[in-house]
Amino acid sequence: MVASDIDRGHGALNDKKKRYSAFALARNAASYHQDWQRAWRKASPKASYDAVIIGGGGHGLATAYYLASVHGMKNIAVIEKGWIGGGNTGRNTTIIRSNYLWDESASIYEHALKLWEGLAQDLNFNIMFSQRGVLTIAHSEHELKEMSRRVHAIRLNGIDSDVMSPAEIKKFVPCINIDQSIRYPVMGGFVQQRGGTARHDAVAWGYARAADDMGVDIIQNCEVTGLRRKGRKIIGIDTNMGFIKTNKVGCVVAGHSSVMADMAGIHLPLASRPLQALVSEPIKPILDTVIMSNAVHMYISQSDKGEMVLGAGVDKYNSYAQRGSFPVPEHMIAAAVELFPFMSRLRMLRHWGGIVDTCPDASPILSKTDIDGLYFNCGWGTGGFKATPGSGHVFADLIANDRPNKIAAPYALSRFETGFLIDEHGAAGVAH
Amino acid sequence: MLQLPCPYCGPRDELEFSCGGEAHISRPLANNKISDAAFGEYLFLRDNPKGVFLERWRHASGCRRWFNVVRDTVSHDILEVYAMGSKPRRTAGKKAYNNSWRRTTAAEAAAVNK
Ligand SMILES: Cc1cc2nc3c(=O)[nH]c(=O)nc-3n(C[C@H](O)[C@H](O)[C@H](O)COP(=O)(O)OP(=O)(O)OC[C@H]3O[C@@H](n4cnc5c(N)ncnc54)[C@H](O)[C@@H]3O)c2cc1C
Ligand SMILES: [Zn+2]
Repeated sequence: MVASDIDRGHGALNDKKKRYSAFALARNAASYHQDWQRAWRKASPKASYDAVIIGGGGHGLATAYYLASVHGMKNIAVIEKGWIGGGNTGRNTTIIRSNYLWDESASIYEHALKLWEGLAQDLNFNIMFSQRGVLTIAHSEHELKEMSRRVHAIRLNGIDSDVMSPAEIKKFVPCINIDQSIRYPVMGGFVQQRGGTARHDAVAWGYARAADDMGVDIIQNCEVTGLRRKGRKIIGIDTNMGFIKTNKVGCVVAGHSSVMADMAGIHLPLASRPLQALVSEPIKPILDTVIMSNAVHMYISQSDKGEMVLGAGVDKYNSYAQRGSFPVPEHMIAAAVELFPFMSRLRMLRHWGGIVDTCPDASPILSKTDIDGLYFNCGWGTGGFKATPGSGHVFADLIANDRPNKIAAPYALSRFETGFLIDEHGAAGVAH
Repeated sequence: MLQLPCPYCGPRDELEFSCGGEAHISRPLANNKISDAAFGEYLFLRDNPKGVFLERWRHASGCRRWFNVVRDTVSHDILEVYAMGSKPRRTAGKKAYNNSWRRTTAAEAAAVNK
C-alpha cells in the first residue's frame, strides 16, 4: 500500500523576502502592492539541460518541482507551447479524491492525496485545497450494491469511504432532491470526506514558483516541434526557439501525447476527446461539498466565488478543437436540474472544453519507452487533476532513476502487451 | 453540433449516430503467429492524429448501418464519406490511409497477406 514516509521535497523559498506570509502582505500593503516580486522568471532556453519536461500543466510542473526538490536535478526546464496551466490544468472541475477500486489505483491516487494534504505549506502558495468531501450518488438498486462493494475494497486499502442512505444524503446536502418519483431517484451514495477541490490555476502557479526558485527554467510560448534522437537514444528537442540539447525528455502533454509520440515513432493507446465544463453566475453559498453521479453523468460543486461548477462526460469522437458538442452540456444541465431543481433559474456564464487523453482502461501511463531517455506521463484522460502531485512525484522518480518505483510500475506501456490492465471504468467512467 | 451525411439516409444530426473510432483496423487471422506485442498493437494502440482522421460511424437511431468518414479532428470538416470495405478515394483520405503507421504493423500484415 501507500508509503507514509513520502519525501515531499525541500529547499525552496527559504528567503524571507520571497516567502508569502501575513507579514509579507502587510509589508507590501505599505507600498500599495507595487513591489511584489515576479512569481517566476521569464526564462529563455539554454543550449542544454540535464532534463527537459515538455508540457507546463500541473503534471509537468510538479514533475519539474520534484526533480529539483527531491532528486536535486536543477539544471532542467519546462517547455510550454502556450501559457502554463492553459491546458486541462486550467480547464478542469478540480475534483480531488482517491476512492478507486484497484490496489494500483489506490496506491497512486492516495499518494497524491497525501501530498495534497500539506501541499500549500510545501509550496508556500495558497492552493485553496478544501477537503469538503466528495459524494457519489447511486440511482438504482444495482448501482448501490456495486457501490458498497467498492466501498469495502477502498476501505481495505486504508482509504476513507462511507455509504450513505438517501436520508443521510439529504442531511449532508439539504438542497438535493431525494424525491423517489423522479426519473433517476437518489437511492443512496458513498462519500470520501477527505476528498474535495483545489484552485487549479494556483496549483500550476505554486509549482512553477517553487520550481523556479530552485533554478528550473519555465519557458512559455515555446512549442516542441520535434524529438531528436541518435539511434535508440534521445539527444534533444526541436522547438520554435531552436534546438535544445538534453538526454532526458519527459512528455507530459495530455491531449497532445499522441502527436508527441508520433514525433518519436511511438504508438500509444490514446484517443483525444473534448471534455466540457461550465459555470453559472455566482450565487450565495448553497453547496459545500462535491456531488457526482455516474448514472445521470454529471458532477457539481460550488466555487468560492459562488459559481456552480458543472461537468459531464466526454464527447463521443476524437477532436483537438478544444470545444465540445452541444448535446453534452444539454444532457448535464438536465441531470443537474432534476437533482437540484433550484438550478433551473440559474444563468450559465462560461462554457469551455479541454482535450483529454483517454486510455482504454481509464488508467494513466507513466512509462519509459524503447527510446533511451524518453518518458511519457499521459492517459490521465478525464480525471488527472486529482493526481497532480502524486503523478509529478513518481514521474520525477522515474526520470531521475530511469526505473519505475513501486507506485509507477503497473502503469508502464507494457501492460498493453501483457494484458495487465488496470480497469477503472467503474470509478473513472464518470469524467471527473 | 456535427451534421453527418449518412450515405443511406442523408444528412442528420450527430445525436443519431455513434462513433466507432479508427477505421481500417484488420483483425489478425486466428491462426497467425504474431507476437503478444503485435496483437496488443491491434487490440489497444490507436491512430489519434491531429488533422485528417479515418473513422467509422454508425447511424444508430436511423438505418443502423456502418460507414466510413474522413474527418479533420481540428476543424471537424467532413471531407469524405465512403462505404465499409472500401478505401477513401479523395486525396486527403488517401494520404491519411497510406501514411498511417497502422499499414506497417505486423498485425495488419498478418490480416492482409494470408
Ligand atoms: C472540462 C474538464 C474537467 C475535468 N475535471 C476534472 C476533475 O474534476 N478532477 C480531475 O481529477 N481531473 C479532471 N480533469 C482532467 C484533468 O484536467 C487532467 O487530467 C489534468 O489536468 C492533466 O494535467 P496535465 O498537466 O497532464 O495536462 P495539461 O494541463 O493539459 O498540460 C499539458 C500541456 O502541454 C502543452 N503542450 C502540448 N503540446 C505541446 C508542445 N508540442 N510543446 C510544448 N507544450 C505542449 C499544452 O499547451 C498544455 O499546457 C478534467 C478535464 C477537463 C478538460
Ligand atoms: Zn442512415
